[in-house]
Amino acid sequence: MDLIRLKNVSKQYKNGVTAIQDLDLSIKKGSFTFVIGGSGSGKSTLIKMLYREERPSKGQIVVGGVNVVKLRNTKVYKLRRKLGIVFQDYRLLPKLTVYENVNFAMEVIGASKNEARTKVLKALEVVGLKNKIHNYPDQLSGGEQQRVAIARAIVNEPKLLLCDEPTGNLDPEMSMEIMKVLDNINKETGTTIIMATHDKEIVNKMKKQVITLKDGRLIDFKEKGTYHEAI
Amino acid sequence: MKLFRMLGRSFRDAFKSVFRNFSLSLASISCITITLIIVAIAIIASFNVKNFTKELEKDMTIVVFLDTKATEQEVTSVKKKIESLENVEKYTFKSKNDVKKEMVKESDVFKTVMDGWDDENSPLKDTFQVKVKDIMKIGTTARKIEKMDKVSVVRYGENMVDKMVVAFASIEKVAYGVVIALILVTVFLIVNTIKLTIFSRKREISIMRLVGASNFTIKTPFIIEGMVLGAIGAIIPILITTFGYLAFYNHFEGYLFSPVIILIKPEPFIYSASLAILIIGIIVGMIGSAHAVRRYLKV
Repeated sequence: MDLIRLKNVSKQYKNGVTAIQDLDLSIKKGSFTFVIGGSGSGKSTLIKMLYREERPSKGQIVVGGVNVVKLRNTKVYKLRRKLGIVFQDYRLLPKLTVYENVNFAMEVIGASKNEARTKVLKALEVVGLKNKIHNYPDQLSGGEQQRVAIARAIVNEPKLLLCDEPTGNLDPEMSMEIMKVLDNINKETGTTIIMATHDKEIVNKMKKQVITLKDGRLIDFKEKGTYHEAI
Repeated sequence: MKLFRMLGRSFRDAFKSVFRNFSLSLASISCITITLIIVAIAIIASFNVKNFTKELEKDMTIVVFLDTKATEQEVTSVKKKIESLENVEKYTFKSKNDVKKEMVKESDVFKTVMDGWDDENSPLKDTFQVKVKDIMKIGTTARKIEKMDKVSVVRYGENMVDKMVVAFASIEKVAYGVVIALILVTVFLIVNTIKLTIFSRKREISIMRLVGASNFTIKTPFIIEGMVLGAIGAIIPILITTFGYLAFYNHFEGYLFSPVIILIKPEPFIYSASLAILIIGIIVGMIGSAHAVRRYLKV
């Protein structure tokens, strides 16, 4: 079953830059997909359209049965609750501890304390940071901070996890650590993962589905693919 | 349950934020305070003016003096004409004799002088005492009566009344102008305070949006922050209203300058005035913050 379906999607920014052109795509539930491409290939724009930070100029996007294009601004939060998002720069709140950072996601959607506590601890266990719940972000390594961000993204048990270059700031060793965590989440809970990256090594090692973008167009879509050499 | 949790969170965030940006909060609070003090004075003054105008109106009468030579028939015709006037609420007729009797009662000197007068050579005049419905139109009504046949003089304390009405009307206008100007400045300051809060919490807001916080959850703390600023700003004006008015009332023993100007009794007046000030403070705060949220918080 397809979790994500894009039909004829184009995106042109107001400054005239065309980021995505005529993209047709469907991604199955439970899959792990890399989106690769050079700078300006439209990776980030694609991810942003999936969580409705950007609207396509043309075409249709359906995520988990929700028509993202027609979604009103005031209803976007309903979509966001169904997915988790991880960025290159972690986006943690520096004044909150690890626990509080993850709990923040539960708190703002109005979860009860008990429910939140159980879920937060479970998420931190999945990313292997249960022993650091009282630390602050600046006391953690980059890899650990990214794991906190992943815990925050999965705490509400989303169907879909979107990652925009999550290993971009990390050295190869830490990057592999993150990939293990993500692979684990994908296998254990069946969460669909879409990850934009330009890390050749990771893509080749993981042997997952690979979408290759160039100048906003889809040039390759492979099961168990490797890094496309044309980039 | 969920709603209460969210509101609890909003209140906590709002209070935190007030103290986090304390210098700017203080600017807004001081401005609200000054505004509300003036609003309070305006409220107290205008209610007192209304009160004593009403008191004054109760005593306000047009006294119509008829010609000494007016016959009984002519008196009846004047009476009918007065009756037909729109602004007349009620009237009483006092004949020369009634007036004489009243005056005689008042002092022995009058008695000796007046005892010599009879109906024919009495310098006294028959009078009508007319009460009007609308005090603002008393002048027009008086002039209409003055034009009637056999009416010699009409008196209604025109100078004092006219001057007072004009003076209070202009004081009221100036007060409203000042209050509106101050409220605008206050709203502007609150907009800026909330704007700063929004900017200082940009990161937090962006994360809230990412993890699926509803617009209501994101906006409410800022709106409440504005209301909290308004409420805090109302504290000093309320104290001033309560204790200031009490002291004022006691000092003048309930009258201002002359027994004509009666002050409103402090209780329960100060309580309702305080409540009004608090509500105005909160509403002004809310308007400011709602404006800032609409302008600077793109969600």
